[in-house]
Amino acid sequence: MIRDHFRVLLVDLSSGRNTITDIDGRNAVAGGSGLAALLFEKYGFLGKPWDDPGQPLIFAIGPLTGYFPLMSKTVCAFKSPYHDQYAESHGGGRSALSLRFADFDALVITGRAKTPSALIVGSRQIEIKDVHYLWGTDLQVAGKILRRMFPGAGHRTILRIGPAGERLSPMACITADTYRHFGRLGGGAVMGSKNLKAIMIHGDGSFLLPENKDYIKVFDKVYKDMTDTDMMSKYHNLGTPGNVRVMNDLKALPIRNLQATADPATEGITGERFAEIALLRNAACAGCPVGCIHIGFVRERFQKENRYIYRQISYDHELIFAVGSMLGVMDCFEVLKLIDVAEKMGLDVMSPGVALAWATEALAKGMITEKETLVPLAFGNTASYEAALEHMGYRTNEFYHLLSQSTTKAAERYGGGDFACVLGQEMAGYATGEAFFVSQALGFRHSHLDAAGYSYDQKPKGKAVEDAVKFLIKDEKGRVFLTSMVSCLFARSVYNDEVLSNCLKSIGYGTLADNMDAVAGEIQRLRWKLRVRTGYRPENVSIPKRFTEITTWKGQIDSAFLSSLKDQYASAIRDLASTDTTASTSEKKEGHWHIENTT
Amino acid sequence: MKILTTPRMERCIGCHSCSLACARLVHKRLSWDTAGIRIRSSGGLSTGFETRLCMACDPAPCVAACPTGAYSQRKGGGVVVRIKLCIRCGACAKACPVDAIYLDATGEPFVCIHCGRCVPFCPHDCLELTEFSRGTTPSGKEAAASEEVES
Repeated sequence: MIRDHFRVLLVDLSSGRNTITDIDGRNAVAGGSGLAALLFEKYGFLGKPWDDPGQPLIFAIGPLTGYFPLMSKTVCAFKSPYHDQYAESHGGGRSALSLRFADFDALVITGRAKTPSALIVGSRQIEIKDVHYLWGTDLQVAGKILRRMFPGAGHRTILRIGPAGERLSPMACITADTYRHFGRLGGGAVMGSKNLKAIMIHGDGSFLLPENKDYIKVFDKVYKDMTDTDMMSKYHNLGTPGNVRVMNDLKALPIRNLQATADPATEGITGERFAEIALLRNAACAGCPVGCIHIGFVRERFQKENRYIYRQISYDHELIFAVGSMLGVMDCFEVLKLIDVAEKMGLDVMSPGVALAWATEALAKGMITEKETLVPLAFGNTASYEAALEHMGYRTNEFYHLLSQSTTKAAERYGGGDFACVLGQEMAGYATGEAFFVSQALGFRHSHLDAAGYSYDQKPKGKAVEDAVKFLIKDEKGRVFLTSMVSCLFARSVYNDEVLSNCLKSIGYGTLADNMDAVAGEIQRLRWKLRVRTGYRPENVSIPKRFTEITTWKGQIDSAFLSSLKDQYASAIRDLASTDTTASTSEKKEGHWHIENTT
Repeated sequence: MKILTTPRMERCIGCHSCSLACARLVHKRLSWDTAGIRIRSSGGLSTGFETRLCMACDPAPCVAACPTGAYSQRKGGGVVVRIKLCIRCGACAKACPVDAIYLDATGEPFVCIHCGRCVPFCPHDCLELTEFSRGTTPSGKEAAASEEVES
């Protein structure tokens, strides 16, 4: 629905009371990332811990969600169990269109249910159901039962958590519709802390379109760009796994806990190899004709006689890097097996993969023993990693409990911080150089998607710190506007400023279209401000020694440049966070304001 | 007359572009429900997708069930709907043997009119607007179409 305000559903799991409220601010914060920040400012408690029942779990969509192709993502925001600060995690599947057709711009969940529960939301339905019998089930089992319990197959999203989320692991993800995730920074644990096993959103509403011809014309142009040009071919063809060979050729693929950046053995896990032997089919998020989801298969012999089962598992570059190259597992099917275990546990695949890479090296160096790891972790030993991922999901002993908090926490206890591949959180699959390391280490989501540091590293520019900082800040600003629409960032080459402006105007958001740059800056500042007010100190972030020891196609990492870039980027973030924002000032007047402790 | 068929549904990735196109271009709405073609997962995403689509019956049970004449038989199969005559009784949806008619919250029915405007929006070429007769032996593409239609 096109509206000049936000229609928000507030669900209080403690009291079972729900409220639908209209909130102003469309022209100030647009939606998505901006709306999530606005809502956290309004309903969050900046000084209370992440698992305080009053803390909100927010899902927000944007003004273009559903109206245009690849406007198919949802922004999930919460206080993160990983660092106890404000965080965002983005996911797709059918979540965005379901929320759109349920006719809410955002869903805000507070409180804690008395028993393990499922929340059901639709345009004509809001219900909290006891599902205590699902607590403890892995994601595969839970998914099957939930699908049977609720109506709307095909036109709904089912967001759910596994054992890791129930056990409040900061590496627990929220799985959306089997193959997509709100993966990082522990959204799954936030659901777990609310006793919320699942959220089902039924997109059963429909809306009249604006009565002008522009919308159809603009839609057709965008759709053609997405499907008839080569702008999206990377994602339509090999998908993100195409990066594995590219990174390896650049000597920029993290391998065996970043002890190497290239290895001929990675040929066994390239996107090309997956496509050749393991790719079963593709799938798409609702509203995306590109269909970047690549689904592979593993088959498992379960009896001595020739009796097999098979499973379908989605794969991406980041997952292949995290439980493939990083763990020295160089076979497609072995990688898929490890992804499958992490999926069932409801773990984000990336963080546990990187954490186990650290544990493998720490074990080899004698800092920990098999008494801690329970299994003989060794690069390439898939069976051990399968068991270890389950231990992480179930948090079996003190070691795995700590490791699933973060690699840094484990290293603080056992040593080995120098080779913990952590950049704000466990690293993403790009060892391209200084700009990427700094971008992920300090970036808002600690994600490779915060800004294109990896791309800056590959440009034949000098090492001008100021230039790099400007690039990172500007790139983040562009991306934050996209994630406020809410676009999939894979569509960023199609959705340039002109196209976005045309899209907004065609459905009646002319004011937003005329102020895109200012609004983007506003949202960027608002997010940083929240992050800093919840305790973030960018100047205190450190980049472990391992990142300075590697060699890429450019040669040795330049430690002095890295350090200087980190300091200046931290300072630029500080500047952004200290700039006053008009949206927050106006909202303060409306009351419902929490006093926070920012120390 | 041509009818909309789904000869290559095994290729479907569940993007809903067809439903969204029908709602947008035929019914002037933003929706994946109020559309003549609708996609649902068949028993979870791991088993693929199926359509809810008019099979172009002739005679059409929905025409027989309609008490006001809002539904009439379309030449070549399927129906022509004059929505002004519809009293929102829902008899058409009940009569449809393949659940192809969607009733919105007000009871307004939505069914495929076999116009083919969704076809160019399918990125995997799952859909085809084609001449189709149950009495002849199709060949080539039409053979695939008939398998899907008759299955």
